[in-house]
Amino acid sequence: MTDQPGNEVTRRGVLAGTAAVALTALPEAGSAASTPAATRQDGPVPAPVLMPVSFEVNGQAVSLTLDTRTSLLDALREHLQLTGTKKGCDHGQCGACTIMLDGQRINACLTLAVMHQGSKITTIEGLGTPDNLHPMQAAFIKHDGYQCGYCTPGQICSAVGMLAEVKANVPSFATSDLSGPIQATDAEIRERMSGNLCRCGAYSNILDALNEVKGELA
Amino acid sequence: MKPFTYERAGSPAEAAAAVARTPDAKFIAGGTNLLDLMKLQIEAPTHLVDVTGLALDRIEPTPDGGLRIGALVRNTALAADERVRTHYGVLTRAIVAGASGQLRNKATTGGNLLQRTRCPYFYDTNQACNKRQPGSGCSALDGVSRQLAVIGASDHCIATYPGDMAVAMRVLDATVETVKADGSTRQIKLGEFHRLPGDAPQQDTVLERGELITAVTLPPPVGGKQIYRKVRDRASYAYALVSVAAIVQPDGSGRVAIGGVAPRPWRVPAADAEMPNGARAVSARLMEGARPTHDNAYKVSLVERTLAAVLDEAKG
Repeated sequence: MTDQPGNEVTRRGVLAGTAAVALTALPEAGSAASTPAATRQDGPVPAPVLMPVSFEVNGQAVSLTLDTRTSLLDALREHLQLTGTKKGCDHGQCGACTIMLDGQRINACLTLAVMHQGSKITTIEGLGTPDNLHPMQAAFIKHDGYQCGYCTPGQICSAVGMLAEVKANVPSFATSDLSGPIQATDAEIRERMSGNLCRCGAYSNILDALNEVKGELA
Repeated sequence: MKPFTYERAGSPAEAAAAVARTPDAKFIAGGTNLLDLMKLQIEAPTHLVDVTGLALDRIEPTPDGGLRIGALVRNTALAADERVRTHYGVLTRAIVAGASGQLRNKATTGGNLLQRTRCPYFYDTNQACNKRQPGSGCSALDGVSRQLAVIGASDHCIATYPGDMAVAMRVLDATVETVKADGSTRQIKLGEFHRLPGDAPQQDTVLERGELITAVTLPPPVGGKQIYRKVRDRASYAYALVSVAAIVQPDGSGRVAIGGVAPRPWRVPAADAEMPNGARAVSARLMEGARPTHDNAYKVSLVERTLAAVLDEAKG
């Protein structure tokens, strides 16, 4: 991607180097650990199946050949090096992997990459750049809407998608009147953001950030 | 996750035939439940038939004045549909009571009906579970069962049906439309769609191998106050301990279905008849024959109390 820094030492770069050493020392540690002992079955292990898929990520066309098992999240992180989108629970419970798929927020961990031929995907890297932040990114910084920052890309993508849903008058559990126009009240925002967990507990600041930009975006 | 082959189906009948002829094949649509289970190897299909390209994503009026909801209509789209929120409010209310915004954007109408139980013993592959591994036993019977079924269960399985949407569809007398591998179609009343476990809890529904849900139809609107009330451990994004879907008419008559207590959305005709007589009478009929465990007897009284709150709200 064009907006990625080139020669700086990044946390990811350091971590990737360490991981490579570990893999050399312990070959196949990853594959053994990924199979729970209780469900491991005898017999030949079927070979991975590879398939081509093409979609658009942050405005750029990409073509990949992937193991059919690859989640959209892993395609973004491991194959396109778009590591802004985070892997938290990998089961759709925490929201750290939230991205926009064809304009709607989804959990990237719970969908297969090969199912998205022709889709348009926007990740946190596509929302704004360090020099030109998306208003939601700027609001999170202004209101300190994070502590460790791990859930933040998912929170921000979810917030942008959520406000679009309010604008489209999609009801929620907090909506009292199904027939009227829906306002992004605090109760609505809290309910609609319940799919994004923040273990640091920055919720009140996240709410402040959303309240600052909701008029602009909703 | 076990490796699998993958194909995109060209038509509903082709999809049905593809799953029927391939051992251990499964349909995939939203994938929000199936992929979760595949990562845990609770489900291990060797072939996936992607049905998301089929033209089953429309909501259309039926000749009799009802609605036909395509199996691929996403939960968000269904809840937001103007006709649904106006005439079938209990359905909108039930859908938005479930999951999270992200999941509802992906989850489909057909897939939601097919979501599997969240019984903790079904999810824990170190435990005995007849639904996950037929014949292995049921760790839940003597285990932690506070979330589990109080009625309709068996000595082989006390798992609940976890969903919200289907509870509303049950009270609305919905019908499931399917296509089979031979191209024939059938209609299944929602009340007969989910099986009681008996001695075969591994089979959640009456669907045959390769049978694909194509739509859910709703009869013409019945009016009334439409309420979905869900009691859960968290205020949002949690499964129901007890939920009540009710339609209450101005004269006090009505109908009710209950979630969180049984292997399927629970509805009893004799309970509907008691609606004018209040929560205690309705609840007594609904819970007739209940066999709670040491852990979940509270659900029997919670049904009555939740119903009482619903009937109060209906008067308001």
